[in-house]
Amino acid sequence: MNSDPPAHIKAGLEIHQQLETEKLFCSCPSVLSEQVSGLVLRKLRVSVSEMGEVDEAARLQTAKNESFEYEITPNSCLVELDEEPPHAVNMEAIRVGLEMALLLHSAPVDEVHFMRKVVVDGSNTAGFQRTALLSMGGWLDVGGRRVGIQSICCEEDACRKMERKGDTVTYRLDRLGVPLLEISTDPDIDSPEMLKAVARKIGMLLRATGKVKRGIGTIREDLNISVRGGSRVEIKGVQELDMLPAIAENEAARQRRLLDASGRLAERKHAIEHGWKDMTALLSSSQSTVIRRSLSAGSIIGGMILPGYAGLLSSGGQSVIGTEIAQRLRAIGIHGILHSDELPAYGVTEEEKTRVSNELGARSGDAFVLCAAPLSRMDEAMAAVVTRALQAAIGVPEETRDAKEDGSTAYSRPLPGRARMYPETDVLPIRVDRKLLEGIASGLPEPFEEQAVKIEKEFNLHRQQAVQIAEEGYGKLFTDLSSRYGNPAVLARILLNNIPEAEREAGTSFGDLSVLEGVMARLRDGAFAKEAVPGLLVCMLRGRGLDECISALGIGGMTREEAAGIIARIVNEHSDLVRERGEASVGPLMGIAMKELRGKIDGRDINALLASEVRRVISSRDA
Amino acid sequence: MIMVADSELQKKLASLGIQPGDEIMVASGERELKGILIPHHEFSDHGIITIKLGSGYNVGVKASGRTRIELLKKADASPFGKQQRGAEHTATNELRRVAFAGTGGTIASFVDYRTGGVFPAMDAAGIVSLVPEISRICSLEGRNIFSVFSENIGYQQWCVLAEEIADRLNEGYSGVLVSHGTDTLSYTAAALSFMLPRLSGPVSIAGAQRSPDRPSFDGYLNLVSAARVSSSSDIGEVVAVMHASSSDRGCHVHRGTKVRKMHSSRRDAFRSVNAEPIAFVDDEIHFLSDYRKSTSGRVRADTRMENEVALLQFYPDMDARDLLKWTDGKKGVVVAGTGLGHVNSGLVDAIGRLTAKDVPVVVTTQCLYGSVDLNVYATGRDLIKAGVIDGKDMLPEVAYVKLRHVLAHHSRPGDIRKAMMNNAAGEFNDRRTGLDEF
Ligand SMILES: [Zn+2]
Repeated sequence: MNSDPPAHIKAGLEIHQQLETEKLFCSCPSVLSEQVSGLVLRKLRVSVSEMGEVDEAARLQTAKNESFEYEITPNSCLVELDEEPPHAVNMEAIRVGLEMALLLHSAPVDEVHFMRKVVVDGSNTAGFQRTALLSMGGWLDVGGRRVGIQSICCEEDACRKMERKGDTVTYRLDRLGVPLLEISTDPDIDSPEMLKAVARKIGMLLRATGKVKRGIGTIREDLNISVRGGSRVEIKGVQELDMLPAIAENEAARQRRLLDASGRLAERKHAIEHGWKDMTALLSSSQSTVIRRSLSAGSIIGGMILPGYAGLLSSGGQSVIGTEIAQRLRAIGIHGILHSDELPAYGVTEEEKTRVSNELGARSGDAFVLCAAPLSRMDEAMAAVVTRALQAAIGVPEETRDAKEDGSTAYSRPLPGRARMYPETDVLPIRVDRKLLEGIASGLPEPFEEQAVKIEKEFNLHRQQAVQIAEEGYGKLFTDLSSRYGNPAVLARILLNNIPEAEREAGTSFGDLSVLEGVMARLRDGAFAKEAVPGLLVCMLRGRGLDECISALGIGGMTREEAAGIIARIVNEHSDLVRERGEASVGPLMGIAMKELRGKIDGRDINALLASEVRRVISSRDA
Repeated sequence: MIMVADSELQKKLASLGIQPGDEIMVASGERELKGILIPHHEFSDHGIITIKLGSGYNVGVKASGRTRIELLKKADASPFGKQQRGAEHTATNELRRVAFAGTGGTIASFVDYRTGGVFPAMDAAGIVSLVPEISRICSLEGRNIFSVFSENIGYQQWCVLAEEIADRLNEGYSGVLVSHGTDTLSYTAAALSFMLPRLSGPVSIAGAQRSPDRPSFDGYLNLVSAARVSSSSDIGEVVAVMHASSSDRGCHVHRGTKVRKMHSSRRDAFRSVNAEPIAFVDDEIHFLSDYRKSTSGRVRADTRMENEVALLQFYPDMDARDLLKWTDGKKGVVVAGTGLGHVNSGLVDAIGRLTAKDVPVVVTTQCLYGSVDLNVYATGRDLIKAGVIDGKDMLPEVAYVKLRHVLAHHSRPGDIRKAMMNNAAGEFNDRRTGLDEF
């Protein structure tokens, strides 16, 4: 692959943000839980609709005869279990959605109707997800560019998938029903960096509402992306905003490689005419670990000739169609695949390659694929190989891919057909009238710039910090806590530095920042010093309460008198130093005192106490 | 979802020749929306037009005087209210024939995925297309004999059902499968149990707590299990076949005179009260307790019942005058007393006045679980003196149905008492075992 220019792409974003409210259709708390109190086992089936049509994807899913096991958690009730009708919709969630609509200039519908979107992979106990369209159209400006908003929907989050064993998939009910806002942009984004900028801006607006969850997994981004001549590919489940550019770059590069391969394929004869052949006997004495392991697991080795495909499966050390085929196979649970463009390798010798090639009747310009699978699944596996090989001619097939942590993506399934949706008759329509909208409009967060100016002036912060606080969506929280408990500079540092650092250290994040109320109140009361905050945050992130952490860290409850006593002792122990250096001994003594008193009392207080004690000793000696 | 006249809007739509199902355009201000007109939701606000957008979402649009509405395309044929035609289903000779009798209720209905409208399945083929697995178990044949909301089912329907069941069994069907709404399912089960004292095959009644449009439809398992019971068991009773637990693992087979709906919404709402279920059904039938076996010979429906019977639940401060008022003109009364079968002392006298007029009064317990025992406390003994009939561990509703049946067949107080004390259809259970959850 030669050095690519910055990718020119056409992309749109779909952002799913969990809300910090109760669940959408019951009053269970929107939290994750590690406590499982019971299990139920269910099956899902699609019935024929009145029109006689069955959704093909849904039919295939139910044909798998899967069972679903649901783990009951303390934050789930009969609604999540599909044992009770949904309660009245959580209007707080609807209001946050409408607030976002107003912030994004998106026009709310006049009446919200919840729908049932059929989903039969087990992630919803009912077999459908409840979802409603709140608003349509709109825009936001990012770096002087305007990006269109397609729609804002409010929907319920699905169960958490825990594991799959054979035909049984285990889900946990904790996340089911958590309100999600889905914000979809138009495909107006034309560079990987702009993707990130748009996602960041929407994230800022969401946080500004003060009603969204924070931390990993609480915001998920899907993107649809194509390069010129390519096709729409949906990439699901990006959890880190910073990964968006890399994922887009990689996908653009992948699409360009596929387009290049299709161009080269067009110049050749490439009909796939023959079925697969059993190569097991031919390779039975191979020293290749891949092959030996497959054979001992009871698989056979099938060979399939791909006439005209030589050099397209991999090219210049870069796997092209080969990887695509491997991913299709992985999606149906088959992992053993080798192809001629990468051989000899993996213990398969040149001689074995030639033997296979001859056995399959391959001529120069032809490629072949070797696939290890149980005999009963070989037809299915080779059908997947042929399907993907044939798609090489069209370039980029439309499909859904999963985002990986390293910025790459892998095939997951075909693009879903149009979802089957029908009205959720258990939930009443919600009228969005002028009164409701005016109420929401009057409580909208101010624009970030205005918030920043106010914070800067009122609390005497640095400009940069004030802007950051506003943009992170902390404006309301910061103003509220600083007005009530003081210490604005400390709070700014906590929000912008201490929390991100503590979350990195603890490897987890605060679901919401309600803990700060206690921290700021106790800090004002002198329960501990600001230096103790980072340690406290880490302690609380590990699941302990504020008071517990204060006593565990030994930072609580030191009065000025107690500190003065300790400082007097330290000065006394170092009387030689005081004698030698006089008032200049305060510097070195400060280090010693801090070791004992850090976090228990403010550093400036230590300094003041120390200075006065040193002066007292000097003057009493002089006297 | 029904059409509610929002008269002005309806007039406007009608004048444009627009009907639900048509593709229309609604424009107000700058916004133009295209979609399919959906029937007005009964709880939609005035002046709201609901349309289904291309994305599949329904949205409500306020139509004011300035709103432009245009008809874009008429629906091919009105898709609303169309009857479901079941998939063609050919009976296989090897499979046993089971007669289907539909009574309405959500268990056997289809949804129009465009509107969410629900339409009943009209025959066995409709049921089989809803639950294809049945076709591997039996050959289901028959139709809806009526289509009534469960709460509106009563004596008239019980008679039709009992006659239908008798006719089908006499025609040689292996068994009968009745689909029924869950609310009054247990009353029907009890009534049929008394009306059909001898059966040549199993009669299973199945319902559903979740509607069939959902992939999580619980009636699927209930219908499959009921088909299994009706086609391949030697049970000669009327039974309810419903989820045994919240899981889709299998169903319990409950005796028609012992079953009760104990939860308003759960799948496993139906319980055998004061009895073990007869069986647990998954891929097979696992019997758990004794049952009456089917007998050969002609099945006769004995459908006569007395209409003038009251069922009253005692509560603190219940007034004797009220009791006499409500039971005025009644030929029999069932009282669901507290605990072991008690009422306040004021009522004891009123009850005595009823029995003195030869109006039988049967005492049951509103605890449901456990038996009446009138010998333990003075109030109970007073009730015995007042001439009540001990309902033992019979459910109040079952006592009500039974008393109606008994009164249509006996007139002498002694005979009535004797018939009420006779265990006619398994409604009494002398041995209540175990300490399981109730
Ligand atoms: Zn809940």
